[in-house]
Amino acid sequence: MSMLELTNIETYYGPIMAIRGISMQIEENQITVVLGANGAGKTTVLKTICGAMDPQKGKIKFDDQEIAKQDPDQIARRGIGHVPEGREVFPFLTVAENLKMGAFSRSDGDVDQDLDTVYEYFPILKEKHHQQAGFLSGGQQQMLAIGRALMLRPRLMLLDEPSLGLSPRLVHKITEIIKRLNTEQQMTILLVEQNAKMALDIGDYGYVMELGRIVMEDTCERLRTATDIQEFYLGMKDEGVRGRRRWKHRKTWR
Amino acid sequence: MEVVFQLLLSGISQGCVYGLIALGFVLIYKATEMVNFAQGEIMMLGAFFAFTFISILELNFFLAVAATIVSMAICGALLERVVLRPMIGEPPFSVLMLTIGLGFLLRAIAGAVWGSEPKSLSAPYTGGVFNVSGVIIGYENLVIIAGTALLCSLLFVFFKFSRLGIAMQAASQNQLAAYYVGIPVKRIYSMVWALSAAISAVAGILVAPVSLIDPLMGFIGIKAFAAAIVGGFGSLPGAIVGGLIIGIVEQFASLYLPPGFSDVTAYVILLLMLLIRPEGIFATMQRKKV
Repeated sequence: MSMLELTNIETYYGPIMAIRGISMQIEENQITVVLGANGAGKTTVLKTICGAMDPQKGKIKFDDQEIAKQDPDQIARRGIGHVPEGREVFPFLTVAENLKMGAFSRSDGDVDQDLDTVYEYFPILKEKHHQQAGFLSGGQQQMLAIGRALMLRPRLMLLDEPSLGLSPRLVHKITEIIKRLNTEQQMTILLVEQNAKMALDIGDYGYVMELGRIVMEDTCERLRTATDIQEFYLGMKDEGVRGRRRWKHRKTWR
Repeated sequence: MEVVFQLLLSGISQGCVYGLIALGFVLIYKATEMVNFAQGEIMMLGAFFAFTFISILELNFFLAVAATIVSMAICGALLERVVLRPMIGEPPFSVLMLTIGLGFLLRAIAGAVWGSEPKSLSAPYTGGVFNVSGVIIGYENLVIIAGTALLCSLLFVFFKFSRLGIAMQAASQNQLAAYYVGIPVKRIYSMVWALSAAISAVAGILVAPVSLIDPLMGFIGIKAFAAAIVGGFGSLPGAIVGGLIIGIVEQFASLYLPPGFSDVTAYVILLLMLLIRPEGIFATMQRKKV
């Protein structure tokens, strides 16, 4: 049985249909990736899962329990951590306070221990634990956002474009951390990315979205070798005789 | 010289009251981005509650103060839950109209329940004075200043060190992120309203022995609103400082300027402030990212 199961989800922004009937299964201990261009609806899927948006139709089952239309804080308490797009830290709280807020819903005594774990993953946060989060650099804020979600001790972690706006070196570092979380903490991860290469490198199973629909799904291994993926997302194109591509071969799902 | 001290002292005590009501404005604005124009009326209600507990039910003074604060906190949370929560997501102007209407409603209710003739509240410390080399200090004024100082330090500790206080700040800084980490934002909003109403109730209790209690006393809320803007709407220390400035200048204006000027000083300061430094003294507002 899958840990998280979406069945025929439809989500609207007012009159605009952003998600046009999506079904997904996220298996335990796996890294599932969602690829897609801007406006494909990737972020909306995550927002629908974590309760920030309500689906008009469809079912969301986490551990076989329906969670659609619950408040986001209740869903978070069930063990779904969310690293939102654009980091969204609490700018006027210190780094340490930000992290402690991540554990707000927990009442067990292991919070300090988890704080150490987060500092171990991200030593820079320990160094700056007394600074206001708003003054951190983009990469540090991203680490803080991931650390804050870790403090919830989630069973499922939703990551929304963690590589957005980061240097290649930082992207590499964040990728390493995601892999470590998956292997060391047995954390299930749903990763939404535009950086297809990075996502397909670490992912186990992948979905490709376009205009609110899933147009392709397969194991990441097979997705990496699929010609459409290579062409549209990995930038590898077979060139024509005169070094130009023929429009005949251009493919779109629209 | 004594006159200056005398004015300064009464200015500070009056300013404390403005500051406390301004604190209520700012708390609610920071957390929920709504401006509650019924803040003055909530203070008035607090004063009437205190009057009921002390003069009608004849409770022990401290017990009555505690009862007033608790019951006003409950009232605040109820107001949020019943009247304002359905307005989440509505345009700010509708919320503004709603709270202005709420003010009218509370005035009418107070008039119907307690009558519109002014009442006086007697606290155990009423009437006593210190005489420090010609400067006469009423106990009531001292209690206002001490009470405000105490309340402010309690609030400081609460927001700096308690989990709930930090969560309130978190919810006001980034509502969505607060949801994502599992903070029950809606419940936090109710608690912010409760806290704000409780602070206003304290202001009501403190001011009641020096002024009279009547349904129209809530109009000083407008001056407190000016104080909140002068302090930089969105800053808690700014609210108190803004209140003190307006309180002190008002007292001096009443002596040195022609009669009638003292009532408009709050707005003159407000206008000057908006001309010179529109973001207020303690500008903490960060530009909102879209």
